[in-house]
Amino acid sequence: MKTAEEIVRDVRNGATTASSELDDALLAIKARNDELNVFLYVDEEGARRQAESVDAAISRGEEVGPLAGVPVAIKDNMCQRGVPTTCSSRILDAWRPPYSATVVERLLAAGAVPVGKTNLDEFAMGSSTENSAFGPTRNPLDPTRVPGGSSGGSAAAVAADMTPLALGSDTGGSIRQPAALCGLIGVKPTYGLVSRYGLIAFASSLDQIGPFAKNVTDAAMLLEAIAGHDEMDSTSLPEPAPALVTHVNDGVAGKRIGLVRDLVDGADEDVVHSVERAAEVLAAAGATIVELNIPEFRLGLSAYYILAPAEASSNLARYDGVRYGLRVDADDVTAMNEATRTAGFGDEVKRRIMLGTYALSAGYYDAYYGQALKVRTMMIAAFARAYRDVDLLLGATTPSVAFELGSKVSDPMAMYLSDIFTIPTNLAGDAAVSVPFGTGEHDLPIGVQLLGPGRSEAQLFAAARVLEIAEGR
Amino acid sequence: MSPALRREDVAHVAKLARLVLSDAELDQFTQQLSQVLEHANDMSSLDLENVAPTTHPFGLVNVVRDDVLRASLDREEVLAMAPESEDGRFAVPRIIGEAP
Repeated sequence: MKTAEEIVRDVRNGATTASSELDDALLAIKARNDELNVFLYVDEEGARRQAESVDAAISRGEEVGPLAGVPVAIKDNMCQRGVPTTCSSRILDAWRPPYSATVVERLLAAGAVPVGKTNLDEFAMGSSTENSAFGPTRNPLDPTRVPGGSSGGSAAAVAADMTPLALGSDTGGSIRQPAALCGLIGVKPTYGLVSRYGLIAFASSLDQIGPFAKNVTDAAMLLEAIAGHDEMDSTSLPEPAPALVTHVNDGVAGKRIGLVRDLVDGADEDVVHSVERAAEVLAAAGATIVELNIPEFRLGLSAYYILAPAEASSNLARYDGVRYGLRVDADDVTAMNEATRTAGFGDEVKRRIMLGTYALSAGYYDAYYGQALKVRTMMIAAFARAYRDVDLLLGATTPSVAFELGSKVSDPMAMYLSDIFTIPTNLAGDAAVSVPFGTGEHDLPIGVQLLGPGRSEAQLFAAARVLEIAEGR
Repeated sequence: MSPALRREDVAHVAKLARLVLSDAELDQFTQQLSQVLEHANDMSSLDLENVAPTTHPFGLVNVVRDDVLRASLDREEVLAMAPESEDGRFAVPRIIGEAP
């Protein structure tokens, strides 16, 4: 499969057309979608229209955007006008958004071709894409295993060579964890770098949209195209999109990188080995590696599983059967609300709504929610302390390679533990990248995580590229 | 520290969240949510008396735009997605009962 960079080049010089690249993507989707359950909806007609408009612009000799002709998969929690958007939930049954997310508008403006909406854990709550009302997605590298989650469909679309690029969202690791399990680059950008307008909210202070790609340059191209201030998102950073693609080959010479024991210890042996080997590669490329302990990271999981459900319980109050989606009829409004929500939400969503409602309720607010907000402050301070000494941090993305379908789905706490290394970044609002580096058990990919302070994406991509080159890519 | 989660706590929270749970679900959710809260108890022993809470990574400021009229979503298009609408409005089941 061609990279996004190659497609743009070939579309621009006339060696291929956007329409022909779209045909290839649609064929690849048809070939494996029944087996893997990656796309919930393929917008063939809309994609065709967009590809033809790119081709027409080129034949008129017009300038085309930086993603001209590149098919892109979109996680189904981002709104696209007129295209069914479900969040993998029955509660958004048959809903077609009357507007598009800013990221979708920017993709279209960049000449990209959105081909369809991908499966996720319902409302992005999960780490395996098994909590979908429309069935689990399977890992293209081993269909008996999960692709990770919650952006498992988007990860699988790229891993199965259906599209070279995909968008996911990362609230506690939902881009980086599936990227690791599917052998992809996955980026959690700095909070506010990418507009959340039109991203259906899970935990608003943590959610961030970011790219999946097979290589660093493609990921940088996609992030550059969607980043930058948006007046429709009041938490959007004030500046325009940073230059990223031009920095991917900057290297790591002279950088100080902290190998965080708390982001490695406890992981499977094959994962630990990959991280340590990554440290050696970065050192050989001129970085100084220092070992660090950041014990505050150990509190991340506890804080996250109070804060995210608390925000979710508030955000998901809007699904009441009145304005959109499912309604289950009943005699009065309250009974209708209850019947609708009870039928519309799956078990994991119900668990998180109740957990959040409890953590916010009178008598427990200070003990849980209040305490978690303070742990968040500690987390930010711990990162700041580390970044006084080093430029970037290094650790594992996940404790293990892709696990088998069904192996954790009945034990929520075991599932939550798969996010243990990714959560700290979300709590701090910082940036991080998962890079495939080496393989482990059953020849499955391992993800190494690079973490940086806010707005460090260019440095993270440069470090990721060093690892990528060492892997011969 | 708070007591372990009880079945009646879960029932109460479900009511607040407008969810109806069967007896079996109540049992299951009580056990699962207790596990998460027990894990969260590692925060309870910390002395955070002098730590300020963080609700948002970069702090939130009010963002205002100029008060200029601009297009909003099309009303018909929005209402077309509602389960029920009437006279340009969302329609819901009866809220106030009729006198017997």
